[in-house]
Amino acid sequence: MIGFIVSRILQSALVMLVVGLIAFALFNYVGDPVNNMLGPSATSAERARLHAELGLDRPFLVQYGDFIVRAVQGNFGLSYQYARPVIDIVAERLPATVELSLAAVFLALALGIPMGIYTGIRPSAPLARVLMGLSLVGISLPTFFTGIVLIVLFAIVLKWLPPFGRGEVVAVGWWSTGLLTLSGLKALILPAITLCLFQMTLIMRLVRSAMLEIMRTDYIRFAMARGLRMSSVHFRHALKNTLVPVVTITGLQMGSIIAFAVITETVFQWPGLGLLFIQALGFGDIPVMAAYLVFVSLMFVAINLLVDLLYFVIDPRLRTGGG
Amino acid sequence: MANPVLVVEKLRIEFPQRRRTLVAVDDVSFAIERGEVVGVVGESGAGKSLTGAAIIGLLRAPGRIAAGRIWIDGRRVDNLDPAAMRRVRGRVVGAIFQDPMTSLNPLFTVGQQLVETIRTHLPLDRAAARDRAVALLAEVGIPAPGQRFDQYPHQFSGGMRQRVVIALALCAEPKLIIADEPTTALDVSIQAQIVALLKRLCQDHGTAVMLVTHDMGVIAETADRVAVMYTGRIVELGRVAEVIGTPRHPYAAGLMASIPTIDRRQERLFQIDGAMPPLAAIPAGCPFHPRCPRAIARCREERPDLARAGAHLVACWLPLGPPS
Repeated sequence: MIGFIVSRILQSALVMLVVGLIAFALFNYVGDPVNNMLGPSATSAERARLHAELGLDRPFLVQYGDFIVRAVQGNFGLSYQYARPVIDIVAERLPATVELSLAAVFLALALGIPMGIYTGIRPSAPLARVLMGLSLVGISLPTFFTGIVLIVLFAIVLKWLPPFGRGEVVAVGWWSTGLLTLSGLKALILPAITLCLFQMTLIMRLVRSAMLEIMRTDYIRFAMARGLRMSSVHFRHALKNTLVPVVTITGLQMGSIIAFAVITETVFQWPGLGLLFIQALGFGDIPVMAAYLVFVSLMFVAINLLVDLLYFVIDPRLRTGGG
Repeated sequence: MANPVLVVEKLRIEFPQRRRTLVAVDDVSFAIERGEVVGVVGESGAGKSLTGAAIIGLLRAPGRIAAGRIWIDGRRVDNLDPAAMRRVRGRVVGAIFQDPMTSLNPLFTVGQQLVETIRTHLPLDRAAARDRAVALLAEVGIPAPGQRFDQYPHQFSGGMRQRVVIALALCAEPKLIIADEPTTALDVSIQAQIVALLKRLCQDHGTAVMLVTHDMGVIAETADRVAVMYTGRIVELGRVAEVIGTPRHPYAAGLMASIPTIDRRQERLFQIDGAMPPLAAIPAGCPFHPRCPRAIARCREERPDLARAGAHLVACWLPLGPPS
């Protein structure tokens, strides 16, 4: 098991190196920054001098190594757009995205799993049929559309919730949280629902099909034949067996929630990383784009690693060596 | 018949289909006395496992008990509501299934599964339940039960798992055990051990057993009486030695004749011509008549009921006589 963890961590590091390479390559493909810095009237001698000063005359691999070393230290250079260290801007925006994503994942699990269990053990109940029908809608509607519909309904028509922004935030150390103010919480509701809708229906359908399958297994039948309480059969014996696929998908989806919060953040003008990235794209702010790319990959890799480790917690068959 | 543990009376199990209703088990009646082992044999689809499932109230939908009554330990159970039936299962009637590899929940230790079952039915605290579980593991012949208690099913071999399954079925000292093909999925060398274990435990605890199998060898070794089923009906019921030695029903006779014997060298095993018909195409009259070498005109028209013939009950218009 230790060997497995070490090899997974090494693989993760390799993935990050490759992502770093792509992020680094961005700089080389979008033109020579020296042109922008010196303007069109500069002589070639001046340009060569600046190249040497900036270290751009060194071999590609040396520059790449330099980039990686700095990135590991959190140094992605200055934003072209804001003329401030990229890492500071990312740190400012990070709390908004993390709070939104966690709220969405929490909602997706807290609603998706119970609905999945219910539709799995009472597949022909009227409510289960309604939920399954609605889930088709949830899984097929694009995020920007649900977001706009929610804004029109709850912000413009009913005027219950704010249509955009993050509300008031409170600083806790360097972290600015919107979870401690009423307006912050109200502002979180619509974007969180929008972001979680797809994941929630996905988790519900996943839990449902896993439940249906597991309720037909011999060990569930044997558990019932021993007269165990139905609550135990459903929530202890069956549910635990549905967890492996659910954890896998939830992990993957959590990565995508963070990565693809871009659309939701744009619709709700949510001041998170996604919005920052969209703005950076428009401006050609490559250091920000590179940092975003690295950050999102880091999230994916970290969550996948966590999921792999969770398997060991859930399934004892994996713990005993070869098994 | 003083106070049998199990009484099944005119049981009928139906599977409603879109256009018609299939009758999988019909007019099945038998009883099992305290401590008695009754074997139920027949081909796949003869309705033996369904009869077992109906007794423990675990018929899979859309199958349902359409008629008949079932008493376990003097209590009528076929009309109990699900919550009451749940308390009967495990406590009064236990079950053992065919495949020990899939009968145990892979994500819980053997100990967790035993303790949960014990505590569901008996008023024991955690420590007492653990002691009982370890004692049960020892009783079913699992070495080092204290250590095995904390292991997961995948750490046990097939034979050992079936021992755990038996321990689980015996957790709350049920009066009756329905053993559905308990040895079919096991190696032949293990089969004999498991059969011997089951027989010894039930003698020790005075537990009655309904042993569903298609293995006449297991029946011959274990059972006191045997019921032969064909197309959802009992065609012959009697003491094992008599049914094996002097079968009266032509189908039972065919079954017995197809058991290979070690002292008779045969080129080819005996087999009954044809196959058991599917439920949707059970012929009128005696369902066995198309395959029966002794069939007469009456067999094609009238269905024979189970009637006394010598020392057994036989459903045949023209039963075989005792050997002369």
